[in-house]
Amino acid sequence: MLHRRHLLLGGLCACCLPLTRTRASSFILTEVAPGIHVRRGVDEDASPGNADAIANAGFIVGQESVLVFDPGGSLGDGAALRAMIREKTQLPIRTVVLNHVHPDHIFGAGAFLEDKPDFIGHARLPAALAARGDYYKQRLEEILGAGAAGPVVMPTLDVADAAEVDLGERVVRLKAHGPAHTDNDLSVFDAETGTLFPSDLLFVGRVPALDGSLNGWLAELEALKRIGAARAVPGHGPEQVNWPAGAADLERYLRTLVEETRQAVRDNIGIEAAVEQVAAGERGRWTLFDAYHGRNVTQAYKELEWE
Amino acid sequence: MRKLALSLALLGMFGTPALADEEAERQAHWAELREAVFGDRAAVAAADLIALEAPKRALDAALVPITVTTKPGSDVTGLTVVIDDNPGPVAAKVSYGPRGDASLLTLRVRVNQYTYMHAVAETSDGALHETAQFVKAAGGCSAPVGAGEAESLAQIGRMKLRLSGEVAAGQPVDAQVLIRHPNFNGMQMDQLTRLYTPMRYVQQVEITLNDERVLSMENDISLATDPAIGFRFVPRAEDLPGKLKVVVRDSDDAVFEQSFDVPASGS
Ligand SMILES: [Zn+2]
Repeated sequence: MLHRRHLLLGGLCACCLPLTRTRASSFILTEVAPGIHVRRGVDEDASPGNADAIANAGFIVGQESVLVFDPGGSLGDGAALRAMIREKTQLPIRTVVLNHVHPDHIFGAGAFLEDKPDFIGHARLPAALAARGDYYKQRLEEILGAGAAGPVVMPTLDVADAAEVDLGERVVRLKAHGPAHTDNDLSVFDAETGTLFPSDLLFVGRVPALDGSLNGWLAELEALKRIGAARAVPGHGPEQVNWPAGAADLERYLRTLVEETRQAVRDNIGIEAAVEQVAAGERGRWTLFDAYHGRNVTQAYKELEWE
Repeated sequence: MRKLALSLALLGMFGTPALADEEAERQAHWAELREAVFGDRAAVAAADLIALEAPKRALDAALVPITVTTKPGSDVTGLTVVIDDNPGPVAAKVSYGPRGDASLLTLRVRVNQYTYMHAVAETSDGALHETAQFVKAAGGCSAPVGAGEAESLAQIGRMKLRLSGEVAAGQPVDAQVLIRHPNFNGMQMDQLTRLYTPMRYVQQVEITLNDERVLSMENDISLATDPAIGFRFVPRAEDLPGKLKVVVRDSDDAVFEQSFDVPASGS
C-alpha cells in the first residue's frame, strides 16, 4: 500500500521493482536538531496512497539507544520509519512513545514489536485504546486494506504525571497532560536541544481536531508555552516551528472557538446554526477546514453548554 | 413499552434492506416499521403540516441535531421520530398535554448507517401526517465511548433549562432541557474485556408546568449522549411565574427530577 502512489506515478508495474527500496515521496527525514529526525506527515486524510503517514513521526538518538515518538500511522508507515532509523543508527530502539490514542499516531507501533521496546503512553491511554483500538483498526483497514493497519499495541509503561527516559547522556522528559486534544495526550521534551514534541497538542497549518476538552487544551497549551523550549515539532504541520511563537495560530483558533461558541450558547442558536457561524473567519487559514471544523464546533458546543 | 422497544430493535437489526441503496426496499422497510408503530392506519403525506430538518450529511454521527416543526394551530397531539435503519428505530414518541405546543421539537440523535428518518404527526382527528429526510451518517450507534461519556456518567441526572425569547401568557415559549446521561445503547464494546458497555438509556421524559402536562416522551436507544430536548409550552396568565418540572426515568429505573423557575418576563 505504501508504495502504490509511487509506482503508479512512475508508470511501472509493481512486479518490476524491489518493493523494499521504494518509498512514497513524503518519506524524507529532516534533522531538526542534533540527533532528532522528523518525517513530515502529509496534510491529507488517510488513503492507500499515503499509508496514513499523515502525522509527523520521528526519533531521538542518544549515546546508547533510540526513542521513537509517534511511530507512524500504519504498520507500513512504521516499517518505513524503522528502516530509516536503521539507515541512521544501529543503536537499539528501546522506547516507543504512543503520544495519544489517534490512529495516525500509533498504528506504526506494530513495526517495532521485534525491538521489544518499552511502549510508553499516558495513564489513560490503555482505557482509550481498549474502547477505540479495534474500531480505529477496522476503520483504517476499510481505507488501507485488510491487515494494513497493524495490531493495536498496548503501552507497557504508563505515565500518570511525568517521567524521564535516559537514552545515554541524553535524558528526555515525558509529561502526561489533562484532557485537551484528547484525554490521553503525552508530550516529550528534549532539554539538551530545547526541543518539544507536543504531538497533537500542536497543529500547524492543518485544522486542529478537538476530541478532549477545549478549555483543557488552552490550559495545557499555556503551560507548554512556559516550558522553555526553542522549537517544537507539531503533530501535524512542518517538521519544526519556533516555540512558543509557533503556537499562535492554534491558540487564536481555539480562543475564537471558545468565545464564539460561548456566544452561540448564550444566544441559544443551537448546534446546527453554530456549526455555520462559529469561527467562520478561520476558514481559509487551515487545510482540511471543512472536513473537521464543524465537528469541532459540535464538540465545543457540547462542552461549553454545560459551563 | 419495553417489549415494544425490543421488538422494534429486532426489526431494525434484521429488517434492514440488504441492498441499502435500493429505494424500493427502503420504502418497503418504512412500510413495515410504520405498521409496527401505528398499525394499519394510513398516513397522509402532508408536507405543509409537518417538516423535518436534519443535516443531509452528518458531521458527527453520534450527535445529529434534528428539528421537527408543525404548522401552528394544526392541533397536533403527538409526534413520532423514526430513524428507519437504526437498531431501535423509534427515537422518540412524544405526546402533548394541555400546556404543550407541538410546533417545534428538537432532538440530538445517533445515526448508525445511511438511512431515512421519518417524522409523523398525529392530529386530534386521529389522522397521521408524515414526512421524511434521507441522512448520510454512519457508525453513530457503535461509536466508542469517549471522555465525554465518563463525565456524563459522573454527573448523571444533572439538568439545565434554557428559555429563549419572552415569556408571556398565551404565547408559546421556546425551551430546551439538557440532561446529563451517557445514554449507553448497549452497542459500544469494551475491546479489552470483549464485553458491551451495559445498556442504560433515557427511556421516559415528562415535562410539566405547575403540574399540568407539557409533554411526555418515550425513547428507545437512539438519543445522543446528554439528551437535549427542544420544545414549546404555552403558559396561561395564572401559570406565571411558575415552575417547569422535568422528570427523567432511565432503563435502570433511576429517576431524576428537577424544577426550574419560569419567570413572567412581561416585556
Ligand atoms: Zn490526534
